[in-house]
Amino acid sequence: MKKPIYLDNAATTVTRQEVIEEMLPYFGEFYGNPSTVYSLGTASKQAEEKARQIIGDSLGVPAQDIYFTAGGTEADNWAIKATAEAYANKGKHIITSKIEHHAVLHTCQYLEQHGYEVTYLDVDEDGLISLDELKSAIRPDTILISIMFANNEIGTIEPIAKIGEIAKANGIIFHTDAVQAYGQLPINAQTMHIDMLSASGHKLNGPKGIGFLYIRKGLKLKSFIHGGAQERKRRAGTENVPGIVGLGKAAELAMETMQERTQKEIALRDHLIERVLKEIPYTRLNGHKTLRLPNNTNFCFQFIEGESMLMMLDMAGICGSSGSACTSGSLDPSHVLLAIGLPHEIAHGSLRLTLSYETTLEEIDYTVEQLKMIIEKLRAMSPLYADFIKKQNKSR
Amino acid sequence: MYSEKVMDHFQHPRNMGEIENASGIGTVGNAKCGDIMRIFLDIDENGIIRDVKFKTFGCGAAVATSSMATELVKGKSIQEAMKVTNQAVMEALDGLPPVKVHCSLLAEEAIHAALWDYATKNNIKIEGLQKPKSDIHEGEEEEEY
Repeated sequence: MKKPIYLDNAATTVTRQEVIEEMLPYFGEFYGNPSTVYSLGTASKQAEEKARQIIGDSLGVPAQDIYFTAGGTEADNWAIKATAEAYANKGKHIITSKIEHHAVLHTCQYLEQHGYEVTYLDVDEDGLISLDELKSAIRPDTILISIMFANNEIGTIEPIAKIGEIAKANGIIFHTDAVQAYGQLPINAQTMHIDMLSASGHKLNGPKGIGFLYIRKGLKLKSFIHGGAQERKRRAGTENVPGIVGLGKAAELAMETMQERTQKEIALRDHLIERVLKEIPYTRLNGHKTLRLPNNTNFCFQFIEGESMLMMLDMAGICGSSGSACTSGSLDPSHVLLAIGLPHEIAHGSLRLTLSYETTLEEIDYTVEQLKMIIEKLRAMSPLYADFIKKQNKSR
Repeated sequence: MYSEKVMDHFQHPRNMGEIENASGIGTVGNAKCGDIMRIFLDIDENGIIRDVKFKTFGCGAAVATSSMATELVKGKSIQEAMKVTNQAVMEALDGLPPVKVHCSLLAEEAIHAALWDYATKNNIKIEGLQKPKSDIHEGEEEEEY
């Protein structure tokens, strides 16, 4: 297969060669269990602690407050369920937003079935929550605020430091799902008053099946997985040492290259946005124009449906994603696009293209050219477009 | 996820377009759910479908089922076209993923809606044909834009 133009880096990323090389010895050579006393096990333990240190440093927090998990979804589940359990005597109210990832939303819905109350904050047309609305949602029994750092679909970056301040002033635990933001944006969990933070390895050119939850020291969260003393007795199970090593290396590289990489991505991103909006009619950009992840673009093309667009892009060798119902497996389009106020039929025509450090200007320009042809072809097929044109001619 | 036949009909849709002064036009589906199918029929004085065209807003399966459905009714009599069920369309496409079965229903409904339009215009009765449930008359969707 010809190498595709991969513009779905919010879904997952390529594992960097340096990361793979760093991981390999921990399969065949240093395969010891980190919990053992002999030196083979110590080598694994040391590698694990090195990765923990890198990640702790990257967030400005002590390494020992980083707990490795099987990914971002587990980290979100743990943060929310364990807080709900541990602080139930204080209250059973949780505040989150309508545009969270399902790992947060479905966990909150699960808790609602178990006697908890959840406030889902609205967002504005750019996908930003309102700090005033957040303040007024706070009640004496609120135990947790969980707001994502940046949205996975539309890329909007939430005012995390301000949310942290509000949470701290009210004595409420603040969790943020930073799965998309970690490695793309500078994060300091101390100054931003973040109590818990979820991240995932495969979104930052690390391996799949590994992530972490930062838990600020002092939170009395219970263990999520029972069965051993690993991860300071909070997350049992023999550690995924190669995964942890890979995540550590990926985090190290992401932090080292962040400034240069994201500057390049922002330039390409803005070039893509500008060309698409200028050259394709009846198109809108979803998400905030500037408070936006460096690698994210998300558009809606009127009168066409997302899955058809993705299939045609695939034929042109381009990987993207859509929030249409057909790609979600339900009849409803993306909850995020609906939350920013888009009508269903517009949301069905969405396209998310997310860049990486490997994306080139040539790839972006080729994508725009292909996209123009594809959208023209699909519109020629669309009864909605035919009706629209007819109506326009009539009113002229 | 899709059969080769579905991919073929998606990439090279048959009978895509419109028929001017069509004998019958049927539009079914709902933009909210992400599928709208419109079928145009040209029926001669002997009740034979001389030509058929479609326009579809929808996923790959919706486009492919529209295309296949037009192939199945082209050149057929009205009674033969009435026998083109969603099952027949699906079989002709070598199957559809379970979540896409509703797309094939839409193709059957679109043909029925176009035939209903033809029958109404010509004041005739087509045996077994019922008023389509989800027919969208032109202009009805105006507020959607």
